[in-house]
Amino acid sequence: MAQVTLSQISKVYPNGAKAVKPASFDIPDGEFVVLVGPSGCGKSSMLRMIAGLEDISTGDLHIGERRVNDLDPADRDIAMVFQNYALYPHMTVRKNIGYGLQNRKIAKAEINRKVAEASALLNLDDYLDRKPSQLSGGQRQRVAMGRAIVRDPELFLFDEPLSNLDAKLRNQMRIEIKALQRRLGVTAVYVTHDQVEAMTMADRIIVMNAGNIEQIGTPFEVYNRPATTFVASFMGAPPMNLMEGTITDGQVRIGDLVVAQNLDHPAGPVTVGIRPEDIIPDAAGQMKIEVSLVEELGAHRLLHGTLGGHPLSVYVSKDNEVRPGVLHVSLKQNAVSLFGKDTGARLS
Amino acid sequence: MTTNTSPRRRLKLSVVLDHSVLIIGAAFMIVPVLMLLQMTTVADLINMKTGPSLMIGDQLDDNFMKAMFKADGFAGDNTGLRMLINSLILGLGFAAGKIVLGMMAAYAIVYFRMRFATLAFWIIFTTLLLPLEVRILPSYEIVQKLGMLNTFHGLIVPLIASATATFFFRQFFRSIPEELVEAARIDGAGPVKFFIDILVPLSQTMIAAMFIIMFVYGWNQYLWPTMITTDEDMFTLVRGIKQIAQSQEGTTLPEYGRSNMLALIAILPPVLVVVFFQSWFVKGLTESDK
Repeated sequence: MAQVTLSQISKVYPNGAKAVKPASFDIPDGEFVVLVGPSGCGKSSMLRMIAGLEDISTGDLHIGERRVNDLDPADRDIAMVFQNYALYPHMTVRKNIGYGLQNRKIAKAEINRKVAEASALLNLDDYLDRKPSQLSGGQRQRVAMGRAIVRDPELFLFDEPLSNLDAKLRNQMRIEIKALQRRLGVTAVYVTHDQVEAMTMADRIIVMNAGNIEQIGTPFEVYNRPATTFVASFMGAPPMNLMEGTITDGQVRIGDLVVAQNLDHPAGPVTVGIRPEDIIPDAAGQMKIEVSLVEELGAHRLLHGTLGGHPLSVYVSKDNEVRPGVLHVSLKQNAVSLFGKDTGARLS
Repeated sequence: MTTNTSPRRRLKLSVVLDHSVLIIGAAFMIVPVLMLLQMTTVADLINMKTGPSLMIGDQLDDNFMKAMFKADGFAGDNTGLRMLINSLILGLGFAAGKIVLGMMAAYAIVYFRMRFATLAFWIIFTTLLLPLEVRILPSYEIVQKLGMLNTFHGLIVPLIASATATFFFRQFFRSIPEELVEAARIDGAGPVKFFIDILVPLSQTMIAAMFIIMFVYGWNQYLWPTMITTDEDMFTLVRGIKQIAQSQEGTTLPEYGRSNMLALIAILPPVLVVVFFQSWFVKGLTESDK
């Protein structure tokens, strides 16, 4: 177990593509960090640099006290779980799990003991002599986990490990992985494009876009105080409503409608962000939304409509009977986030 | 099934036609072999007089003994058994050599970041256009100068470079997911370990397929053994049979029984290899667990 330190890490591919722009952050011992972003944002390159599967173009990477830039993946004391599990198809589960230990010249009895321990932890005891092709997706996932934990690594790396599973299993494995990481107390870096996974599993989320780190923070911070419009629109389903507004005389307006008071910022155009669930139906409310479509989600309803010509979605609980048409609403306290119109950065 | 439909299916014209074509084709292939078999059962004199016939004689065991154990030539070492062993060594060495070399070449081309790896591959590939026959004289000269005439390595080594095997293994290796390589790297498997622990077992079916093709190819080599082996105890079956079938001198009869028996024996090992490895083939194709 160890702290991981990245300083000014960047990745430039031979064809000149800058996959990761210089990035620095620390991962404290035992923390579960999720790298999230749309495909092509550089999160996988980042993970693969930490793993040692890609060379680091610039910067220093420390795992524990060691600088590992020039170490082979095998010498970095890491374990990785791949998206398609990457189990060795010709080996039994037992051998798959033990292969890494066997390569490290660990005594047979010790290997057997550790494999037994890992398989007990993952409920794989009945499958130890099967081949991966005879296992279900979830079981293969567990074997991949077993292969990782059996080595007692300092760092777990997960590369979208759940995206090949069906939705139900995904939820279950999500909990299992998180619980396992808690129990073992091993530092973990987890890459995903699924913001729900990021929110539910992470101690801290790193949101990436186009090779840049947009925000680093706890799920709560990232959700409630997104640092940029990108984060605001990427995290959360449905995403935050972003509308063009202005600040005049200390009042934030969308069109003619005053949505908030703000005395900190100079007058001028801004981007106004409001979470769909922060808008509440209120017969006395000043805001009028033209609802055009109601999505029934069971526990909630998702309303799609417009506010002063801007498209907008509203998340209401199932108790609110809403029909398409005009709906009066009001905002919760502190519901409005403001972003610079040109920079997209949060104005706090 | 509970419903009792008529067990007799009506013959369709197309079915009859299909089967006729297949039966004729099968007969066309099998009749020469049956003729061969018939000729091994009768004495050479009768063969000489009547040629192939429908008569089954009683000379099978006699011809077999002659084919396997009778030696002729100057040194008297080229019994059928000896030739059979030589052929086996050639076939196995040829197949094994081609597979090992092809796999290693493909491994280098696919998994190592070499400059000009693709160019190297295509250069190897173009050697398909240069079969042995084109370069047989220089090859012979080299083998002769190295003093490898009448040796097994002289017979096998010059033939084992194989563009075909390299090509097939290259295609196969490229279909193995990248993550497997990465997982092995993280698991601490170096290049040699990865090759032996992961690639070779994964390639089993590919190796079996290559083995079928290459064994038969090596077994059937004629020109090269004819040039390289002048000692009679180095003769292979394919090369030796001709020697026997042609030896009509003076009053001795050509030994039809013996040479035909040898021909039959020569057919057997490739057939067995195909039959045996075919099951592997099917297993590999259906149990795809890559």
